[in-house]
Amino acid sequence: MRRSLLFIPANSPAMLQNADVFAADAVIFDLEDAVALSEKDAALDLLDQFLNKFKLNSIEKIVRINQLDSPFSLLDLKLIADERIDTIMLPKATSGNTLSLAKKLDRIEKQKHMTKTIKILPIIESAKSVIEVSMIASSQRVNGLLLGGEDLATDLEVERTEAGHEIFLSRAMLILASKANKIDAIDTPYTDIKNEDGLKKDTKFSKGLGMNARVCIHPNQIDAINEIFSPNKNEIEHAKKIINAYQDSLKTGKGAFSVDGKMIDKPIIERAQKVIEKAEQWNLL
Amino acid sequence: MKNSLNRIIPNDMKAYKGMNQIFKQKNRKLVAETLTKNEKKQVDSLRILFDLIPITDGMTLSFHHHLRNGDGIINMVLNEIKTRNLKNMTLAPSAIFPINEPMVDLIKNKNITQIFTNYMNGPVAQAIGDGYLEKPVIMDTHGGRARAIESGELIIDVAFIGVPCADINGNGNGLEGKSACGTLGYAIADMKYAKHKVVITDYITTNIKPIEIESKYIDYIIKVDAIGESEGIVSGTTKPTKDPVQLKIAKDTIKLIEQLGYIEQEMSFQTGAGGTSLAVAQMLKDRMIENKIKGSFASGGITAYLVDMHEYGLFKRLYDVQCFDHEAIASLRRNANHYSMSASKYANPYEKSPVVNDLDIVILGATEIDSDFNVNVTTDSNGLIIGGSGGHSDTAFGAKLTIITTNLIKSRTSIVKDHVTTITTPGETVDCLVTERGIAINPKRTDLIKKLANSKLNIVTIDQLLTIAHDLIGIPKKIELNQKIIGLIRYRDGSIVDSIYQLRGDQK
Amino acid sequence: MKIGSAGTFESNDCLITVKKHKKIKIDIKSIVIEQFGEQIEQVIRATLKELKIENIYVACNDKGALDYTIKARLLTAIKRMGE
Repeated sequence: MRRSLLFIPANSPAMLQNADVFAADAVIFDLEDAVALSEKDAALDLLDQFLNKFKLNSIEKIVRINQLDSPFSLLDLKLIADERIDTIMLPKATSGNTLSLAKKLDRIEKQKHMTKTIKILPIIESAKSVIEVSMIASSQRVNGLLLGGEDLATDLEVERTEAGHEIFLSRAMLILASKANKIDAIDTPYTDIKNEDGLKKDTKFSKGLGMNARVCIHPNQIDAINEIFSPNKNEIEHAKKIINAYQDSLKTGKGAFSVDGKMIDKPIIERAQKVIEKAEQWNLL
Repeated sequence: MKNSLNRIIPNDMKAYKGMNQIFKQKNRKLVAETLTKNEKKQVDSLRILFDLIPITDGMTLSFHHHLRNGDGIINMVLNEIKTRNLKNMTLAPSAIFPINEPMVDLIKNKNITQIFTNYMNGPVAQAIGDGYLEKPVIMDTHGGRARAIESGELIIDVAFIGVPCADINGNGNGLEGKSACGTLGYAIADMKYAKHKVVITDYITTNIKPIEIESKYIDYIIKVDAIGESEGIVSGTTKPTKDPVQLKIAKDTIKLIEQLGYIEQEMSFQTGAGGTSLAVAQMLKDRMIENKIKGSFASGGITAYLVDMHEYGLFKRLYDVQCFDHEAIASLRRNANHYSMSASKYANPYEKSPVVNDLDIVILGATEIDSDFNVNVTTDSNGLIIGGSGGHSDTAFGAKLTIITTNLIKSRTSIVKDHVTTITTPGETVDCLVTERGIAINPKRTDLIKKLANSKLNIVTIDQLLTIAHDLIGIPKKIELNQKIIGLIRYRDGSIVDSIYQLRGDQK
Repeated sequence: MKIGSAGTFESNDCLITVKKHKKIKIDIKSIVIEQFGEQIEQVIRATLKELKIENIYVACNDKGALDYTIKARLLTAIKRMGE
């Protein structure tokens, strides 16, 4: 499970080298929108050499390849899809091209005798992909969905706004599809880099809807996003209490039990267990 | 011979012997203050002044650097020296900036053969690095310069004191006038102990309040059109960094200070004026407000950010040895608890209670740091002088917690080295190093290491940082320095910590 | 004569320009020439050896690029130079 994913332009050595300095759970090496057409070749060579040298073991390594129907994606996959990375981020995902990518990865993993299974993170950034989101979410290898709000707004022929009404339904559908398939629901980036208050407000709102992560387009966004999507101290303490009380109740054979005056039933226990799981994963205990 | 830091220094110099040895011997040595006998002090020009004193070959002339890269005083005096072709002069400016480029010719022509200063960069530093200055330049700390002057070790014949506003008797301060620069703390020792004191001002008025430069010491006053260029004096407003790597360093620094338990009531704090330092100050402000902390004082070079914290009630007092921006100057004017302090009161090790000794936390920079935590802020890795201790060694000694903040790597250069090119501040006085790839604690501080036992911060050893750096950038070829000594790093007690070597001819 | 060029003058990057030459000739300009000049040349030579290229002129203008960047920019420049 991720909370924060940091975009890093693949053609910038300075930024690549700092990939592991920041506290993002995942880094997205971007071969697509962050790289000019004339530099696609340079970016790919640079990323390839970079991955040879830097292992970045504690961070998830995601590569946003070029669109599957572009002349570049084939070469991207040929050079980069191997043990060195964890996930391919697929721009302009549809159910069709997600399936196509999964098949390509089947072949590549066989050819390269890989032990690892590369995952797919489709970007939902067109009306069609929103409609197909349930199929995409249940596809092979898919372990999360990312909302591409800017391109989606373009496809819908609307302006992006601070309040985000125009993407509200798309966010909700992505969340439903993700949760139904028990995968990450990742929100679109907040593009006003200087506005930390705005970032926090919008991220809390999207968390309230059910998103559990967000992409960062600048390292300065990571801490706020991590904090919002992490259980806080009180939640962790409370979860610990519930787990302890639950374990006590098992020992004494008491079926029902309460904590702080509230009756605790199965969903609450499961939620508490999830909180502890997250806290452990993110080193918050 | 080698001193206790294993650095080669000339045999006729007093060697640095380590923390346990310094200040052991002596009581404070003070020569007598020089009071004026002049009643009629106004002199029409520098030319007349030179004839009057008279200023002759071999004399020592001193200056303060409160006008920084907008200073006009030094160049005026240099011009007069050049016109008269005086020889073998010693200059003791508390700092030298690129604006003092005219000094280069005088150095090359032996008009100036010795220099004592606390900080320098630019063409003069390059010329000295190329070996043109006849005698080795002596680089003091701010506190050490005051000590040298008051003890008679550095005898000043004529002190030229640039004063933004003065009266006809020589009372003055730096708060008013078109060249207002704030505190004049670096000039106080010169004012008291030089043989002749000359106030140079561009604004004569009456009713000087408060009086920082006192008429009883002043022999002469010269009024000129401008003592400096105001844009260079207050070099813009430095802002907290927005660079994500430096912000991370600043965040980790605050977390470190917190986990070590130093954010508490009555805390005292000092930080530099660089981007990372100011980011630390900003974050500290938020923490102090959150935890309802009221600090006792903030000190050093004062910026708008510290003024803001003072006016917010987070620090009861500001002790100011240098105003870095207009807000600091304005605050010094209007805030009763914003005090000027002399370099001596700030950092002289022989003062009864120098401000640095009351400091809880100081945040400092480094051009290099080595595995013994020795810090270089004087030269770059080629050996070119690009700065100097200033208050670095003084605050590192006095503060309970000394933290160096810096990138580990900058463009294929590691700030952590096996051995620094030049030692400015001995590692025994440095406690922590915060970089973007890890935090190292001086092994001597077992108390701090204990406190961090369960910390989630990325605590590593400094040798591990060196390894990380080498893994990233490769192992650099060692730069062979010239053998000729062209400068000395003089610690605050007068002992020599390291030598500075002439640049190789092929270095550009 | 076709020239291939890749990289930038940004910090931590290098600009590499290549063109056909009668043998291997390497010119390096770098902000860390003393500390890493030899290392940079080694990386270039090793890469050329890997690609079995023996007749090329390589000009490298370096702003502190690490080895992987030098290699990558060289590879791209050579591809852009073409046959």
